[in-house]
Amino acid sequence: MLEVRGLSKRFGGLQAVRDVDLDVAAGSITALIGPNGAGKTTSFAMIAGFIRPDAGRVALEGRAITALRPDRIAAHGLVRTFQITQPFGGLSVAENIRIGAFLHVAEPAAAMAAARAIGTRLGLGPLLDRPAASLTVAGRKRLELARALATQPRLLLLDEVMAGLNPAEIGEIVGLIREIRTAGVTILLIEHIMQAVASLAERVYVLAEGALIATGSPREIAENPAVIEAYLGHGAAARLARTHSSPFDQAAPHG
Amino acid sequence: MPLVVLAGIVLAALPFLGGSQYLATIGLLTAASALVGQGWNLAGGFGGLTSFGSVMFFGIGAYTAAIIQTRWGINPWFGLPAGAALGGLAGAVVGFAAFRAGLRGSYFALVTLAFAEVFHVLSNSLALTGAGLGITLRLAPGLGNFQFLDRRASYAVMLALLVLATALAHWLRASRFGARLVALRENEDAAQALGIDIVRTKTLAFALSGAVIATAGVVYTQTYLYIDPSIAFSVERSVEMLLVAMIGGPGTVWGPILGAIGLHLVADTAQAWIALPGFAAMLYGVVLLAVIRLLPDGIAGMFRRA
Repeated sequence: MLEVRGLSKRFGGLQAVRDVDLDVAAGSITALIGPNGAGKTTSFAMIAGFIRPDAGRVALEGRAITALRPDRIAAHGLVRTFQITQPFGGLSVAENIRIGAFLHVAEPAAAMAAARAIGTRLGLGPLLDRPAASLTVAGRKRLELARALATQPRLLLLDEVMAGLNPAEIGEIVGLIREIRTAGVTILLIEHIMQAVASLAERVYVLAEGALIATGSPREIAENPAVIEAYLGHGAAARLARTHSSPFDQAAPHG
Repeated sequence: MPLVVLAGIVLAALPFLGGSQYLATIGLLTAASALVGQGWNLAGGFGGLTSFGSVMFFGIGAYTAAIIQTRWGINPWFGLPAGAALGGLAGAVVGFAAFRAGLRGSYFALVTLAFAEVFHVLSNSLALTGAGLGITLRLAPGLGNFQFLDRRASYAVMLALLVLATALAHWLRASRFGARLVALRENEDAAQALGIDIVRTKTLAFALSGAVIATAGVVYTQTYLYIDPSIAFSVERSVEMLLVAMIGGPGTVWGPILGAIGLHLVADTAQAWIALPGFAAMLYGVVLLAVIRLLPDGIAGMFRRA
């Protein structure tokens, strides 16, 4: 579905992203994880067309989309959300979602009906006529998701949609993401909450200091010494091996 | 709201009743302010494209009307579509250049100001525009010549254009294009992520704004039968458009009309009492400050909250 090859970006003296290869299979949920500053959001921005890569190429369903404008990429079916939510503050929640719906539904009333249906599906039903600026963090995260979903994407890039939420809210969002995938949307997500990653993703890519250091199933990643070192510092893997546990074990849900 | 509309209709009809040329002149000036304010509002209010140089469209409309009849002998009525087309073209070209370069906010405002000044200088030096002398139309009153001795007729034309411009604003508020324009005003990154073409949407809005403002320039020429560079491209008129929209309520359908009435009430009354040169400009500044501080959503915002 999505094929990324050799993606690189340098900001002045900082190599933010170095030679990243990434594949997202159609119908899958794939996660991109890594410590703060690893280059995850920069990679997202390049894939979605917001930042022009220095090198590398991105293909969506076999079609090259490298360095196309974000609105062109959205029209091709790849839509991102923002880590720092970006509501249209002066508009109502429903009007916000309708902007997404307008991508493929030209008629205003039909777009509004679609927007209200999606908003209701994502649990924003009672808030649809409120100003978007009045939403809580959890509400704003849902709004980001609803707006992106309203564009009828085939591939959704979710940038930390769970950050800042409490465990109950995270559980709800995890359920929503599963539903979205079941409805036929492929998902690539950036996430710090390992519990969510482990329960959602089939495949995980780990970025550290701009480069990919590991890829595999959540279980394989959790046991990978390089990943543990990247998160917990040099020598951590060896210390943990002595106690026979991985830092991800407490986080991964059972069953 | 129906009461407000009724009051508006009565107010608009007032200059037609009785034969007062004075009342018709006030009506004409207020409708002209409302028309350019509405034109400015289409891009500046709905799209947040704060232009400081939209007088360039007024001037282009005014000169188009003057040039086609004095130089080429074309019927003056043709000035309306021609002026609107050229105003729209200027809006598209200036807008495309500015938005393509990613200019926003005060940078965009300054670039529009600069373009208005370019037109000012051009009109001051080209033979086609009569350079510093300007262009005087031959007095030839008559409906076919788009010249009226009765101010009420000029007022009627201006009012008709204002109705059209307001219908355009109404369409903008209800349409997909308008919703996208508002989304760009609220958050450009999010709008682009959701598939909105920034340059295309803004350029179209600025072109639309240019076309509407240009029609006011055409009626100006046909009313006063004279145009010169300092009238056509005065900075004060740019400020007036912005002020009318801001006072009335930027991004609303009725705001510019309310703003024009409000501004003319204050300015004309004050002028009648205090006849200092430049006093009106000073007063504009005070009014703008008061509106920003007390009525951030303009007069229209007051109604919405009530």
